[in-house]
Amino acid sequence: MDWYQLWQILSAPDNVPIVGLLVIVPFYTWYGLRQARANDRLIEQLEANPELAKTHHRKTFPYRPGWPTEVHVWPYLLRIEFLAAIIVTALLMVWSLTLDAPLEEPANPNLTPNPSKAPWYFVGLQEMLVYFDPWFAGVVLPTLIIIGLMAFPYVDANPLGNGYYTWRQRTVAIGSFLIGFYLWIALIIVGTLMRGPGWMLFWPGQTWDHTRLVYEVNRNLPDIFGITSDWGKGIFGFFAVVLFYALAGFGIHKLVTRSPLNRKIYERTSLIQYLVFQFFAITILVGLPAKILLRLLFRIKYVWITPWFNI
Amino acid sequence: MDREKEGRGGIGVLERVREETEHLRVRLKEELEGLRQDLKEPQRTQLWKSIFRVPHERTTPRNRTLAVLANVFLHLHPARINRDAVRYSYTWGMGGISFYLFIVLTFTGVLLMFYYHPTKVQAFRDILYLEHDVPFGRLLRNMHRWAAHLMVITVWLHMFRVVLTGSYKRPREFNWCVGVILLVLTLLLSFTGYLLPDDQLGFWAVTVGTNMARATPLIGHEGPFGPQLGMTPYNDVRFALLGGSIVDSNALLRAYIWHCIALPLLAAIFMGVHFWRVRKDGGISGPAPVMLESEMKPVRKV
Repeated sequence: MDWYQLWQILSAPDNVPIVGLLVIVPFYTWYGLRQARANDRLIEQLEANPELAKTHHRKTFPYRPGWPTEVHVWPYLLRIEFLAAIIVTALLMVWSLTLDAPLEEPANPNLTPNPSKAPWYFVGLQEMLVYFDPWFAGVVLPTLIIIGLMAFPYVDANPLGNGYYTWRQRTVAIGSFLIGFYLWIALIIVGTLMRGPGWMLFWPGQTWDHTRLVYEVNRNLPDIFGITSDWGKGIFGFFAVVLFYALAGFGIHKLVTRSPLNRKIYERTSLIQYLVFQFFAITILVGLPAKILLRLLFRIKYVWITPWFNI
Repeated sequence: MDREKEGRGGIGVLERVREETEHLRVRLKEELEGLRQDLKEPQRTQLWKSIFRVPHERTTPRNRTLAVLANVFLHLHPARINRDAVRYSYTWGMGGISFYLFIVLTFTGVLLMFYYHPTKVQAFRDILYLEHDVPFGRLLRNMHRWAAHLMVITVWLHMFRVVLTGSYKRPREFNWCVGVILLVLTLLLSFTGYLLPDDQLGFWAVTVGTNMARATPLIGHEGPFGPQLGMTPYNDVRFALLGGSIVDSNALLRAYIWHCIALPLLAAIFMGVHFWRVRKDGGISGPAPVMLESEMKPVRKV
């Protein structure tokens, strides 16, 4: 174990946010899901007891009849905002006094650092460059992520869980988001901690060897099937992708219509909503991990080869 | 004019002076007393009343309401909110903290602009000057840097919370979209700022980032169908971003203008819309009473 190098990476000032994410994201996931579980228990109780459901105030927080349902913003909210501002300022002060912002040598186009990495929040996209060509990893994929996020509320036809934490009422929506969110963060962590010179894979703590050579020959899927002609590769790739979409779509469909509640929600979903959901789920949530596995486990570079683009 | 009259006149003047002095003394005492009162209760002064139109002395519900509604900085808040909405556990405070960080970044950013020239000759030296000679310059730069990183994290967590509480659901779908745009703007703001110190770190990060733009389908010279549409390194989208075919002085200037003017303006506009819509869509979403599966209304066939 090269602890020194690991420490150098982890303690690089610009990587501190990533180390922070390693703690913050699990904490807030736990914090949110803990409340979701409490609400789910309450929901279960109320579903079992319709009489109680009529009179219950339907929150896990304490409440007595006669208590006001609202409080004044001045002072009850403003004091919290003021306190939050003070705490954030203090935190920022301490952080700024103890850790200096990085400044390297003057920019030099003739001296390429190896590896040269994007800012930490874009390292996930840079890591995607291993698995896809730049036009997809760097342009199409981010665009799809943004559009997919914007489409999120419009394809979620579930009327439950508006304004409170819950897991059981919204497994599909929360599950999809969690997969995407964790995938994004995982790619950032891999790109930061596990990518060394030449963007080669090094385990955390493995010394970066600038002279390392990897004798791995990447293959394309059509080659494995012995297809050599351009037309053959194009048509084969097209059908491979269509088959993947069909299989993944079928799998997702089975998954999101398993529970009775999810079937009810599915019935409320219009065809266009469902197709949009399927497209983004297949492409981003299944397609990315699938291509990552193809590349890492089977050394497959492209699935679909055409004269204009490769996937 | 005879002496007698003059003499009497002299005594009269003296008496008048004494009278006036006495009068002035009483007046001064009154004025000082008044000033003392003013300092004790500044709310009663004309100056105070001209600034704060609403009396704040007594904490009646009316005063508390007006304190928020009649204040330009606070009026984005409603007068009253859901009693459970003030719990940290519900909102995590991440939206508010993101906004506060944006203010911190604007403030430190404006101060940094006083010491910075966006030119290849000066930029890097300005950072050295800032770090070694400007009083508190290093602290200023550090705060700007770390606040930017922190803001990226708080914006992500804000989005995470909104998903977990289902707050993007009707009627807040559009505001969620505005939020996604703000997320993108946050990342772009951070990214454009990365190049400005003109050091190796920023230069190569931006080189890596903008090289991807070469591969943009249709409008990049290495992207699918780009060459077929006549794209070259000198007319494609990357050229437009960098103001040239390499990351050089034009790119520095463009990053600077995007970072200091265009993107903050855009972000401010979208933030205005975001906050406005939070209010118009019925305030923050909860914590709302839980809804039961058995209460789901049947699908409306339109």
